[in-house]
Amino acid sequence: MPDPARPPRQRLSGLGVSPGRSAGPLVRMAGPPALPAARPVTDPAAEVATIAKALEAVAADLRRRAEGTSDTTAAEVLDALAMMAEDPMLREDAERHAQDGLDAPHALDAAFGAHRETLAALGGYLAERAADLDDLKYRAVAAALGLPMPGIPSPGHPYVLVAEDLSPADTAGLGAEVLALVTERGGPTSHTAILARSRGLPAVVACRGVLDVPDGTVVAVDGRTGDVTVGLTPQDAADVVERDRRERDRLAGSKGPGRTADGHPVKLLLNIGSAADLGPDAADAEGVGLFRTEFLYLNRRQPPSFEEQVAAYAEVFARTPLVVVRTLDAGTDKPLPFLGLPPEPNPALGIRGLRVDRVLPGVLDTQLDAIAEAARTTGGTPWVMAPMVTTVAEAADFARRARSRGLTQVGAMIEVPAAALQAEELLAELDFLSIGTNDLSQYTFAADRQHPGLADLLDPRQPALLKLIALCTEAGHAAGKPVGVCGEAAGDPLLAPLLVGLGVTSLSMAPVCVPAVRDELSRHTLEECRRLASP
Amino acid sequence: MGLVHRTVIVASASGLHARPAKLFVQEAVRLGVPVRIRAGERTVPATSMLGVLSLGASRGTEVTLESDAPGAEEALDALAALLARDLDAEETLDA
Repeated sequence: MPDPARPPRQRLSGLGVSPGRSAGPLVRMAGPPALPAARPVTDPAAEVATIAKALEAVAADLRRRAEGTSDTTAAEVLDALAMMAEDPMLREDAERHAQDGLDAPHALDAAFGAHRETLAALGGYLAERAADLDDLKYRAVAAALGLPMPGIPSPGHPYVLVAEDLSPADTAGLGAEVLALVTERGGPTSHTAILARSRGLPAVVACRGVLDVPDGTVVAVDGRTGDVTVGLTPQDAADVVERDRRERDRLAGSKGPGRTADGHPVKLLLNIGSAADLGPDAADAEGVGLFRTEFLYLNRRQPPSFEEQVAAYAEVFARTPLVVVRTLDAGTDKPLPFLGLPPEPNPALGIRGLRVDRVLPGVLDTQLDAIAEAARTTGGTPWVMAPMVTTVAEAADFARRARSRGLTQVGAMIEVPAAALQAEELLAELDFLSIGTNDLSQYTFAADRQHPGLADLLDPRQPALLKLIALCTEAGHAAGKPVGVCGEAAGDPLLAPLLVGLGVTSLSMAPVCVPAVRDELSRHTLEECRRLASP
Repeated sequence: MGLVHRTVIVASASGLHARPAKLFVQEAVRLGVPVRIRAGERTVPATSMLGVLSLGASRGTEVTLESDAPGAEEALDALAALLARDLDAEETLDA
């Protein structure tokens, strides 16, 4: 374990985005290596040997990560990357460049660059893989230069991971050694935050100055308050870890349906992407409040067939009595190759969510058919909702199409302020609403979810956001229809009582968040929750 | 031994990309017999992931496998059988 001189105790503060406390030595994620000026080559054979060693090191590192993860999807991605690093065509190209007089780093850079262009030129799915080649190139060049490999470090001991920000690609390599995450950028709805919550890792984002703390410094991370304490002794760190373990054990003991201290029921539901997310803990929740169906459509040239969808939906319906299915949420902000949507200058404000139906109506019709068929075969009564509903007319059209297929519980996600303002009118057409707090914040505050400098605007306690939520819950109460929250705010134990006080009837969250939310709710009476919510 | 070849239609829903490409290249590496795969004008080694991806072979594309190495018959049969299956459909949903 690294052991630099212990710097004086110091407190950095950021935004706590995933509760829990942990402590340990900090390790920073290395950025891409800079390619130094080319150097004259006197011994091409030595460069060829360096190239082979660098590529082997990259492949070996990726395979070690693949073996170290329990996430089978991540392991497949890492394995495929290792195969690219070992590619015989790539190695021969790099060796040829070395024979022609380039040093190993430049030979690797040129060989990866050429293959990258080939893939990029093919478009679609393959163009997306071009970014993988950049990542591999940086790794190989770093290995050839004797620099630490970019990407998630693997120091061989537990550590607190510090990075500027994490991309979805980085997160595939996140191993069991990571105790907590701290990023200098990012907001409460960034990839880092969502990943950390789904893994139950304490996380702090938007923590200025954390990248200046030297590797090996022992730090404590509080993912609830956003405090990062620098310069602990190893004994302090062990105490923090032990206290966190006891707290988790205590929470793990909490069971049963969600309710306030005085017994007011609040359904605690799960956000899932497929039946695979319904782990052994799933029985402990009261159903699925958000079944994201995007996974079926990823990496596809054609949409998934009716039969394939029926099988995937039926698998989930058979496992749990209450399931809220969200129809495909994709678009120019989350592009899927088969949609074939042209890039837009402002994708968050363009064709996304239900709006895809304007250009490709067949996709939603097939999906509704498949949901209805899966309901028939399993005997379940799924709820179905559309993302990015904006007007009452859109809601009415969606409801008509769902009901014509025998689906009786039809709702809408509330992500656009225009929809929240019309909650009462929407509920005249629909059976329930589900508030997606991430997008509702983004659109209400005109603040990009990923923008590092606007995290305060995306704070779910912002009064304007709470007013929009209240509009929805009041409309739900008047109509006698449920209004839930399925955005990230629902999984935050500190926000749960506030949301319940506003009148929210269910909270849907990553499975790992359920125990802490259940525990927090059980400590407040409904009256206390209402006081928290009153302005 | 002369040149042996097999022509086969790519059956996987996502084409010879992603998981199907990975399974194909893994099998080619495992067999250890030098095999080349051709789609249109482009011919690449079957053990090259980047080469196989660069064929851009979608579902329904006709590809030709060829080899003149010892063991070519068996290797080509195995690889052709793999291409003729929908490897995406075999992906277990809970994997």
